[in-house]
Amino acid sequence: MTLAIKNVGKRFIANGKEITVLEDINLEVGRGEFICILGPSGCGKSTLLNIIAGLEKPSQGKVFLNGKEILSPGPDRIVMFQESALFPWLKVIDNVEFGMKMLGIPKKERYEKALRYLKMVHLTKFENAFVHQLSGGMKQRVALARALTLDSEVLLMDEPFAALDSQTKNILLLELQRIWWETKKTIIFVTHNIEEAVLLADKVVVMSSNPGRIKKIFEIKLARPRLLDNPDIVYMISAIMKELKDEVEKIAKEEYDSDWSFEKDTVLYSTDSGLGIGL
Amino acid sequence: MKRILFYIALIVAWELAYKVFVEVFRIWKPYIFPSPISVAEAFIRLLNNNILFIAIWATTKRMIIGYLLSLLIGVILGLAIVKFEFLDKNLRPLILGFQTLPSVCWLPFAILWYGLSEKAIIFVTAIGSLFSITLAVESGIKNVNPLYIKAAKTMGATGFKLYLNVIIPASLPYIISGMKQGWSFAFRALMAGEMLFATKGLGQVLMVGRDLADMSQVISVMIVTIAFGLVIEKAIFGPLENQVRVRWGLKNT
Repeated sequence: MTLAIKNVGKRFIANGKEITVLEDINLEVGRGEFICILGPSGCGKSTLLNIIAGLEKPSQGKVFLNGKEILSPGPDRIVMFQESALFPWLKVIDNVEFGMKMLGIPKKERYEKALRYLKMVHLTKFENAFVHQLSGGMKQRVALARALTLDSEVLLMDEPFAALDSQTKNILLLELQRIWWETKKTIIFVTHNIEEAVLLADKVVVMSSNPGRIKKIFEIKLARPRLLDNPDIVYMISAIMKELKDEVEKIAKEEYDSDWSFEKDTVLYSTDSGLGIGL
Repeated sequence: MKRILFYIALIVAWELAYKVFVEVFRIWKPYIFPSPISVAEAFIRLLNNNILFIAIWATTKRMIIGYLLSLLIGVILGLAIVKFEFLDKNLRPLILGFQTLPSVCWLPFAILWYGLSEKAIIFVTAIGSLFSITLAVESGIKNVNPLYIKAAKTMGATGFKLYLNVIIPASLPYIISGMKQGWSFAFRALMAGEMLFATKGLGQVLMVGRDLADMSQVISVMIVTIAFGLVIEKAIFGPLENQVRVRWGLKNT
């Protein structure tokens, strides 16, 4: 067992009112597992990731990595953010080397390693480019290379592909599967995108909101590499979609006018493969 | 090219105005309104006497010492304000107040402290840019994208390493514009100081021109001062700021 989340809860006080963001989260993640945390926006999934990263402290409960409690951020739990968080004042190669530099690895060694991982994400051509010269997808590739160089056991990904166009995203989803396969890392991947979750994960943890709780865990035992047009994938997606629909509706009702409802204003189509059973 | 033509036209117009109002109608006196030729003569005279070089060198030296001093103290003060909340709460309003005080107003203070000496002028120069730099460091650091800090922390950067490798470089665009603003304040303060009591320097040569009622010298030194300021602005701060902005992706090449 690598990562254990025990009874974690998180409360904020905003405008004098106490808001429970996370409640009673229990989760165990095994070595080399690929976990997707799936939930609508505002369900506290990013907060949970930040707690695992050590960037935020839980109000209650504890998180353990290999039996050791997590108290602060550290290079054993690298985070990849939605925006690449690359440093614009450094060249691409220096960005990839950054983490190793912080650990005090000698220049020559870290350069070779950086180049190796840059090759893994197919960006050796841009070794000496500056960050602003890269496209969004390229930036996330560099960020992934930077995250991999530290050989951290756990890789935490906070909607890393959410800001990319869908073609770029699909390519990166395939490559992430390959890289996960090659590096055997434990990955915790936060997303609001069901397809993404089903394509990537061994386990999809579906969260509910207000307060954020784990609603259901789906185990996905499908062969890899997974492609979106595979019928098994489509079936899983629709199953999870049903689970998530109530949650999305709950949030939408809070945010929109009270006359909004799924039936009337629906834009989400069901990918039901029931062939007209509901007619 | 067009710009050069424009300035030639400007000088011709000046010479024309001189000819019409001073020589033909005799409305203005030549010591009130000199011709560009006599200004050029004054300039060459100052050059030949070596007065100009000595003055520029003296001004440059004071500028460098005063500016480096204020850069050093300003960065330390800015970092301290960011680091200690009570300084931020209590000292910041005071610094904002000092920032609005024209730095020339520090002259009497400086003279009482250091006498009519080099130290007093350098003090005024340094204090001229000090608060701009302090505030720039402070706001630069406070405006660092929190994402950079988060990312760096998860990669094991803490404390001094975090400052050196992430926070300072990330706030560099802010710091450089503060340095530029500080420089222009410092330059004004330095000129005022030199005009009041220095024994050499551009401001002093300018004042000598006034004392001798030599308008040609006054104008030629003013032009040199403008050129001095422009050279530093265009040769140092302009390219520096530009390069940083391009590299940080704040401006397209």
